[in-house]
Amino acid sequence: MNTKAFTSLSKAMALGMLRDRTAVFFILLFPLMFLLLFGALFKNESTPRVEIVQIGRVEVLDSLPREAREALDDVLNVRKSDDRERALEEVRAGDVDAVVWQDGDRVRMRYSAADPTRAGNARVVVDSLVQQANIAATGQPPAYELSAGQVEDESLKAIQFFTPGLLGWAVAMSAVVGSALTLVNWRRKRILRRLWLAPVGAGSVVAARIGVNVTLALVQTLVFVGVASIPFYGLELTGHWWLSLPLIVCGTLAFMSIGLVVGARTKTEEAANGVAQLVILPMAFLSGAFFPLDSAPTWVRTVSEVLPLKHLNEAMQDVLSRGQGWDAALPVMGGLLLFAAVMTAIAARLFRWDDA
Amino acid sequence: MTTAAITVEGLRKRYGDVRAVDGVSFTVERGEFYGILGPNGAGKTTTLEITEGLRRPDEGEVRLLGESPFPRNPALLRRIGVQLQASAFFEKLSAREQIHTFASLYGVSAERADAMLETVGLTEKAGTREDRLSGGQAQRLSIACALVHDPELVFLDEPTTGLDPQARRNLWDLLRAINDEGRTVVLTTHSMDEAESLCDRVAVMDRGRVLRVGAPADLISELGAASLEDVFLQLTGREYRQ
Ligand SMILES: Nc1ncnc2c1ncn2[C@@H]1O[C@H](COP(=O)(O)OP(=O)(O)O)[C@@H](O)[C@H]1O
Ligand SMILES: [Mg+2]
Repeated sequence: MNTKAFTSLSKAMALGMLRDRTAVFFILLFPLMFLLLFGALFKNESTPRVEIVQIGRVEVLDSLPREAREALDDVLNVRKSDDRERALEEVRAGDVDAVVWQDGDRVRMRYSAADPTRAGNARVVVDSLVQQANIAATGQPPAYELSAGQVEDESLKAIQFFTPGLLGWAVAMSAVVGSALTLVNWRRKRILRRLWLAPVGAGSVVAARIGVNVTLALVQTLVFVGVASIPFYGLELTGHWWLSLPLIVCGTLAFMSIGLVVGARTKTEEAANGVAQLVILPMAFLSGAFFPLDSAPTWVRTVSEVLPLKHLNEAMQDVLSRGQGWDAALPVMGGLLLFAAVMTAIAARLFRWDDA
Repeated sequence: MTTAAITVEGLRKRYGDVRAVDGVSFTVERGEFYGILGPNGAGKTTTLEITEGLRRPDEGEVRLLGESPFPRNPALLRRIGVQLQASAFFEKLSAREQIHTFASLYGVSAERADAMLETVGLTEKAGTREDRLSGGQAQRLSIACALVHDPELVFLDEPTTGLDPQARRNLWDLLRAINDEGRTVVLTTHSMDEAESLCDRVAVMDRGRVLRVGAPADLISELGAASLEDVFLQLTGREYRQ
């Protein structure tokens, strides 16, 4: 490979892109704005703390030892009040999840069915307190003890989910659009032909384009992770988070290959951009980049299996927030590279030197 | 020097039913200023692109400086300079950045690139973006990019089309200077006065064939015409072209 040619072509491509304000906005800033916005909007969305109002004295709550009480604070928010009617009104309005009071030996609880999940959580929490108190009242040690620790999904804070998802979408946009537009623009302006007549190998040209896009993707990754890690958003990285870098590199190659297929057959930049967005946006939705696929219909999950973004997205979550390592990253990296190879072969067959 | 700069033998190229080039042969001597003259759609660009090695002919043979341009031959590419019909510029780069990029593709120094910009009179426009150059400036820049590696053989496809008379005359001076330095120049044009004023010899083309070859003055006297324009109209007829 010709280093001088590689360097100057990389520079030409990078400058061409960075000077295109529209492209910089839509490809680089737009997804970042989504992260800032979503991160702020759903900041407290994640751990669904149950909020209850306690009327008067309730033994199971009031007699809890202090450590137990503090542990409970993570999932339960208790407010004390004397006005039962008003509290019940608040439950009906959905402002709190339940009202609890004590009637002799009975712990009474009222909740609304409007949000069954939260109502269920409230029930489970209060019920377990009552059971614990019952066991304590027997004076015997408990026969069984549950030793539980949270694993992952349910406890993923929103930012842990949005960061890899939106980053994947951002990288997909810059890579698909970047390679498609370069190909179309260079064909339309006959730079492809001009380069054919210069004594540089195809390797230098391709390497320059890949170099620019991979660098861009890595910068995007560092910016996204950096922004999400500020205390306001509170992304917590697990030990192997740096595996997200090779993952992003492989993802970039996969997305660039999609861009090559798009660029091989479109004639104008506008058409290429349109087709690219028609590919990226549905792919992002179906890959769970914007919201989780857990409750999506089966066919959606089946379709998503062939989408590189879906696998990238999951592997990124694994290494960024779930403490997983090479086991989670390697197969996905292999799959992404295979996808890139297949799509590039297709693009090579569709490729044309000229518009006509 | 025994070999001619260019020999082309029996080129044919079809696009579907269109015979874009239909049996073209010609020879260009070293140091010659050679014109390919013809109306739109005559097959000039196709002939030139096959000669440069951009397209493969269906039939026929090309020799550039004694070598075949097929398959792609990087050693030969260093010795030829090409200006494509449309100005092939990198998007959003300034004139200086364009020529520096091309220079580095050929391993040519930045100083040489700047000197080339000076030669075509674009030093003042060095910082101007490609899309803000006038037609004449853009043409001069693309010629500078074609010449930056000091090629022996230069191809220019309609370099003056769409320019105003001043810009055209300036460019003619530049092209003459290039030829006077000893380079072989091949250009296509549909302008008679351009061919008459610049070319040592012209090949008049129409419908994919070469109709006549000769020095402009010889063609005029041979056909008893008043000017090259009359030669052209006599040879190609007067109906409108695409
Ligand atoms: N890539 C192509 N595909 C199909 N037809 C083409 C192509 N290039 C040129 N032609 C046709 O070949 C003929 C010669 O074209 P061209 O060489 O561009 O002529 P000129 O440069 O003299 O105007 C024209 O009829 C043109 O429409
Ligand atoms: Mg032409």
